[in-house]
Amino acid sequence: MHMADALISPIVGGAMLAVSTTVAAHSIKKVQNSLDEKKIPLMGVVGAFVFAAQMINFAIPGTGSSGHIGGGMLLAILLGPHAGFLAMASILLIQALFFGDGGLLAYGCNVLNLGFYTCYIAYPLIFKPLTKKGITINNIFYASIISSLAGLQLGAFSVVLQTLISGKTELSFSTFTLFMQSIHLAIGLVEGLITCAVVTFIWKARPEIIERTNAEEALGSISTRKILIAMVICVIAVGGILSWFASSYPDGLEWAIEKTTGISELEAPEGIHTTLSNIQNNTAFLPDYDFKESSNESLLASDNAGTSVSGIIGGVFTLALIVLIGFVANIFKKRKTKVLA
Amino acid sequence: MADIKNSLYNIRLFDELSLKKTPIHNLHPLIKLLTTIFYLVMIVSMGKHEISRLIPFIFYPMLIFVLAELPAYQIIKRLLFIEPLIIGVGILNPLLEQQLIAIGGFEISKGWITFLSIFIKYNLTVTACILLISTTSMLQLSAALRILRVPRVFVLQLLLTYRYISVLIEELFRMYRAYSLRAPQQKGIHKNAWGSFAGHLLLRTIERAQRVYQAMNLRGFSGEYHAKSIKKLNSSDYLYFAGWSLFFVIAKIINIPILIGSLFTGVIK
Amino acid sequence: MFQHKLEVRNLHFSYPHSHEIIKDLSFTVSPGESIGIIGANGAGKSTLLMLIMGVLFSDSGEIMVGDICVTKKTLPLIREKLGMVFQDPDDQLFMPTVYEDAAFGPRNYKLSEKEVENRVLNALEAVGALHLKDKAPFKLSGGEKRIAAIASVLSMQPDILIMDEPTSALDPKSRRKIIKLLNSFTHTKLITSHDLDMIMESCERTIIIDKGQIAADGKTSEILTNSVLLDSCGLELPLSLQNCTVCGSAKV
Repeated sequence: MHMADALISPIVGGAMLAVSTTVAAHSIKKVQNSLDEKKIPLMGVVGAFVFAAQMINFAIPGTGSSGHIGGGMLLAILLGPHAGFLAMASILLIQALFFGDGGLLAYGCNVLNLGFYTCYIAYPLIFKPLTKKGITINNIFYASIISSLAGLQLGAFSVVLQTLISGKTELSFSTFTLFMQSIHLAIGLVEGLITCAVVTFIWKARPEIIERTNAEEALGSISTRKILIAMVICVIAVGGILSWFASSYPDGLEWAIEKTTGISELEAPEGIHTTLSNIQNNTAFLPDYDFKESSNESLLASDNAGTSVSGIIGGVFTLALIVLIGFVANIFKKRKTKVLA
Repeated sequence: MADIKNSLYNIRLFDELSLKKTPIHNLHPLIKLLTTIFYLVMIVSMGKHEISRLIPFIFYPMLIFVLAELPAYQIIKRLLFIEPLIIGVGILNPLLEQQLIAIGGFEISKGWITFLSIFIKYNLTVTACILLISTTSMLQLSAALRILRVPRVFVLQLLLTYRYISVLIEELFRMYRAYSLRAPQQKGIHKNAWGSFAGHLLLRTIERAQRVYQAMNLRGFSGEYHAKSIKKLNSSDYLYFAGWSLFFVIAKIINIPILIGSLFTGVIK
Repeated sequence: MFQHKLEVRNLHFSYPHSHEIIKDLSFTVSPGESIGIIGANGAGKSTLLMLIMGVLFSDSGEIMVGDICVTKKTLPLIREKLGMVFQDPDDQLFMPTVYEDAAFGPRNYKLSEKEVENRVLNALEAVGALHLKDKAPFKLSGGEKRIAAIASVLSMQPDILIMDEPTSALDPKSRRKIIKLLNSFTHTKLITSHDLDMIMESCERTIIIDKGQIAADGKTSEILTNSVLLDSCGLELPLSLQNCTVCGSAKV
């Protein structure tokens, strides 16, 4: 459920990046304050473990298919919420760069969706209370499954919101939510079961590893409140910016809501073009009128077929031009290397 | 299994490519990072029905491919591996957006335009990230992150994760092979072995982390990571950034394909 | 330059909830000496190295490096003088390139970048690994990794080199290379190994540890030829001294 660059708008990407940077700054401070430099290599190497573990195919009984672990909960349980969050952030950055899983702009979204909800919501609010009275096999079972489910449900809902606010793809809120939440119910269950299996194994073999982290005064009541307050402020700020955009121009957010409520369907057929040009206008990066004026001639917004024909021809020519420059540059480059050699 | 091999191959390929010495590789990592981000922002800010304006943006990856002497075939092959993902995300559009529109006499569903737009954007953004990492080593990138004031703890942690991914993937691969040789009919790890399979690897990982910590400690580590110092920004770095920024902004404001196309149709008329 | 002697006096150590693993060990290493430490698995060799490096701390007894006692406070000083090469080079090479790894130690001692570069290049040259400078550890062969790990310790310019199984899991040519390399160093050396042939070639003195105690301490040429002694400590004669496997003719 990695969010891709192609599906977000710069505002959403930027806002999420800002929020996740704030959370990361907080967790770095916590990790440094705990003065446990032993944790640094542990974070790095266990992070690499989760990365590798994501490639293990676990056969899901009775389905003939296999699933893999996301690892957010496992990191939180093994390293504690702060170090776990940072380890997840590292994993996601490497995935974005090397594997095209999620992108650099969507990085903030992914850190939030996969790291924040597991480490800062599901772990302290579900896993810890459930294992508070002492760790037992039963405790681990319920705590892992419920917290994994919750973490993934929150993450999935967050994906839905980020996608819809960005408005780069046509999906109705209700269908998309229903689809994402139910799929992640299944994924969360598998994730919970695998997490439970691994944690149980570790707890049997080396109980001190789990106990140490669990006993840590990981999230005092004050810092949880602080984080929640910070989150609320961020959400209000982001919401404020977005609604400002939305009120000035009925873009992404409003448009998504419009779609899901079906209001846009009421528009008369001749309104299609105006809607299209509206969309065209509103998706421009900067709220600048001149900017948009020029977009009137774009492929879809135009009324006359002539422009779209010239658009296609122009597209082909631009491509051809690019390829041509590429070839010339290549020949040039090769000659230069030959001369040097 | 294919997954495991594939990701190991990925990391090694990009690591190797990033050590080349071309004008692009020699640029300051911060400049490359910023150029990439600017490029991504420009792509991502395009409307959901935008196609023509995206085309000029192919210029950037293509020129980098040539100038950085990267094996286009190999990288595009990597790209194909993840293509099903985006097709899965985008394919609903033609079904959901069924209003028809006419393009040059043909009528197609508007959803196809959205799909195509997402498809192009996806390929361009992923390629941009891959180009960044094929021309900038993880080490240089982390130096750039330090310049951007990313805390040492995070940077060191990132480098350690990166370093140990290949060690652990190799270890995992050996375990997987040993497992599958004794369980030939199985598709994945059986549920009875879930805990002990991943758990054993994890235990070994934790022990390794302890040894790594000792090795760091014995060489004077005290929680502070001193990053490699890199060269200062010079005029060619600034020029590179300014050049691409200018191009991106122009390509964003002026619809180049339409311009060329109307020139062309104008001439015919 | 290597003027520090190493002294181990009446060392005792046990892990929590476990029997005593080191029982009253004492020995002295003079500057420039090269000592092989051998013993069966679980004899306490690795624990001894950890105690000397100050990763573990003894229950009683003391370890002196020069005139400094190994305690928590003196660790930075001690670790500047002692360089340890781990058995698994993957544990030691934790940075993305060989150069960075060799630079990790000197940078921690806040040397100038010029000095760091100097030391790194010298260390790499000493082990003949300058060409591996920008390589990532995962691209190195087993032998190259070993060499790089040694360079990462040499760049700290230690007086005493401590090596845990330097020749394990190497092919014959790489093993030979490491042995030559070790013999070319003038540092004081402490080498643990099961490769007794390597100990024969590299160390003039050998200490056998058996169940946490010193079973023998003396000239390598005498200890490694004493098959009765070796056998009683769970060891065997070095392969090169064993009877020929084809014709059974004796060599000793």
